[in-house]
Amino acid sequence: MKSLEELARIREQTKAKIALREKEGAVRVVVGMATCGIAAGARPVLSTFVEEVNGSGIGDKVSVEQTGCIGICQYEPVVEIFDGDEKTTYVKMTADKAKRVVAEHLVKGNVVTEYTIGAAKV
Amino acid sequence: MIRSHVMICGGSGCTASGSKALQEAMEKELVAKDLQDEVKVVQTGCFGLCELGPIMVVYPGDVFYSRVTVDDIPEIVEEHLLKGRIVERLVHEDEVLKEQVTSLNDTSFYQVQKRVALKNCGLIDPESIDEYLAMDGYVALQKVLQEMTPDDVIQVMLDSGLRGRGGAGFPTGLKWKFAKGYDAPQKFVCCNADEGDPGAFMDRSILEGDPHVVLEAMTIAGYAIGANQGYIYVRAEYPIAVQRLKIALDQAHEYGLLGKNIMESGFDFDIDIRLGAGAFVCGEETALMTSIEGNRGEPRPRPPFPAEKGLFQSPSILNNVETWANIPQIIINGPEWFAAMGTEKSKGTKVFALGGKIKHTGLVEIPMGTTLRTVIEEVGGGIPNGKKFKAAQTGGPSGGCIPASHIDVQMDYEHLAEIGSIMGSGGLIVMDEDNCMVDIAKFFLKFTVDESCGKCTPCRIGTRRMLEILDRITEGKGTLEDIDKLEELAYYIKENALCGLGQTAPNPVLSTIRFFRDEYIAHIQDKKCPAGVCTALLSYVIDKEKCIGCTMCQRNCPADAISVTDYVAEGHKKPSLAIDTDKCIKCGACMNNCKFGAISKQ
Repeated sequence: MKSLEELARIREQTKAKIALREKEGAVRVVVGMATCGIAAGARPVLSTFVEEVNGSGIGDKVSVEQTGCIGICQYEPVVEIFDGDEKTTYVKMTADKAKRVVAEHLVKGNVVTEYTIGAAKV
Repeated sequence: MIRSHVMICGGSGCTASGSKALQEAMEKELVAKDLQDEVKVVQTGCFGLCELGPIMVVYPGDVFYSRVTVDDIPEIVEEHLLKGRIVERLVHEDEVLKEQVTSLNDTSFYQVQKRVALKNCGLIDPESIDEYLAMDGYVALQKVLQEMTPDDVIQVMLDSGLRGRGGAGFPTGLKWKFAKGYDAPQKFVCCNADEGDPGAFMDRSILEGDPHVVLEAMTIAGYAIGANQGYIYVRAEYPIAVQRLKIALDQAHEYGLLGKNIMESGFDFDIDIRLGAGAFVCGEETALMTSIEGNRGEPRPRPPFPAEKGLFQSPSILNNVETWANIPQIIINGPEWFAAMGTEKSKGTKVFALGGKIKHTGLVEIPMGTTLRTVIEEVGGGIPNGKKFKAAQTGGPSGGCIPASHIDVQMDYEHLAEIGSIMGSGGLIVMDEDNCMVDIAKFFLKFTVDESCGKCTPCRIGTRRMLEILDRITEGKGTLEDIDKLEELAYYIKENALCGLGQTAPNPVLSTIRFFRDEYIAHIQDKKCPAGVCTALLSYVIDKEKCIGCTMCQRNCPADAISVTDYVAEGHKKPSLAIDTDKCIKCGACMNNCKFGAISKQ
């Protein structure tokens, strides 16, 4: 026997768990997971994004996906964030940087300029 | 932390094509690649595209892989789940759109569809009540128990215009209203899951893919009519559906969504499963209730209707699985939302089981009023092997055929009835030019003859006499009067049979006579089967000029009916062969094995 509150809680928790199955028009975080990306440490970046996105309660709006080689191997791990027509490319990512990108970019909407490819080239 | 879900279809169709082994292989491979904490494998219900099974969908991205084998698993894990690269060769090639389609929702099969009853099928794990809750499951029940009176619920059902999806199309709200109107110490809510039409499997797919929706809807009905006991009558031939229903019942009890004092409302309701032995007549409401009572499944005369005296002589309602699957969403979204779909008198959507000569065999849900052409050409992908569409049978053995000249008919209760067919439970069997319509009528009639319970004479003897006439016609022994006799018997049986089985049994014969009378006449007068199906009217012939005497046919003939002649055709070295038509059993083995196209059926 579950109380109405318990039912509501189970409903919300499971919603978050299965949110990745239906996200149309969501913000997409795409992590480059080719051999070069994985060698440069893309996997902890990917898992940090998944954890932080779900932990910050934006799991229903943001989908974390993988892709293959983006083509700029020297900048791996590369993460691209697609928000409508806007694309932001973050390079040489780490788990710590990923945490900040989630908190600043995805939650508050401020691009973390210093991690972007534009900043890296300078 | 889980970052990806791999959905593997666990419906009967995909299970038969090996999805269980696929799931095990996937789980093993994930462990081998140390991805088991990142990727979750979910067994789910039917996606509808059974022909392309086993089906796998990977989230995020909604990537749809078809006809996956165990050998493909390492590549999917390595490429897609580890490196994020879609395995292109397993992506479905859409024959209507002429391109590769990665997302299931973008396929021509899905684009026209509107999924209401099948909303959760393929999207959730049917063995997890938590996932059903997350899809707004049991929200409707909570709303009903907390905010609505039984009369409110019935009014919503009336306003929605929902009609029975089992075939007859009786307004659901009205049925409930009648049952509520009778005062009795005990009432019952029943679910008809005795799906028996050859080729129909929508009810099974809903039970397998989303069992809780039926439990929730039945509880709502119990509240509306004042019943506290429900029965699901499901055939024992549906082991996966029965198993998932049992799991769902246990979970609902554990969560307090069935049993005493549901959601702290003071309302009690419980549901039991009753297994049917697979008799077609038990899909008829009075026979079904008789069977639940523990008696031999035979119908009884109506009135009294079950709303007054049904199961155990108490007021009862019986709704079909697909009808139940619509109800929670009508409560949540309101009757206007539902009534906005479909046509003036046929509201909402209908699920069809598409089968026969069609590329995309499977389960489709379309708004009422969609044309047959759209279903066949867009959703179904057309007729395979470049053949021409000849007719479609709706309503199985109780329905009729729709000929190619009516391909633009709207699929709803009224328009189908107008051309002598019925909606039925939703079987839709497509036939091409190779199907003989007399043979089709015989097939369905043979089914009803076998399934007639024998209680009333028109059905027990009448349908058998009709079948004998059809047998005569297909053997080339019919007369033109036989067509009149068939029609006379058909109308008599329709008027006098006790239950729906007998009353509708003549429909396939009547509608094929109506639209394909020339084929009947060809069988009778010319002793020919135009489609080349009725074996008694066929003979296999070897063209002695084309035969090179290789004896391939002779070696493959199981009846020893082929022998070497003394005729040698010009330019050939060996004598040709000939078939002894008296010995020939017309199996076609000779024609299938001839590499020179020298054998034909005539």
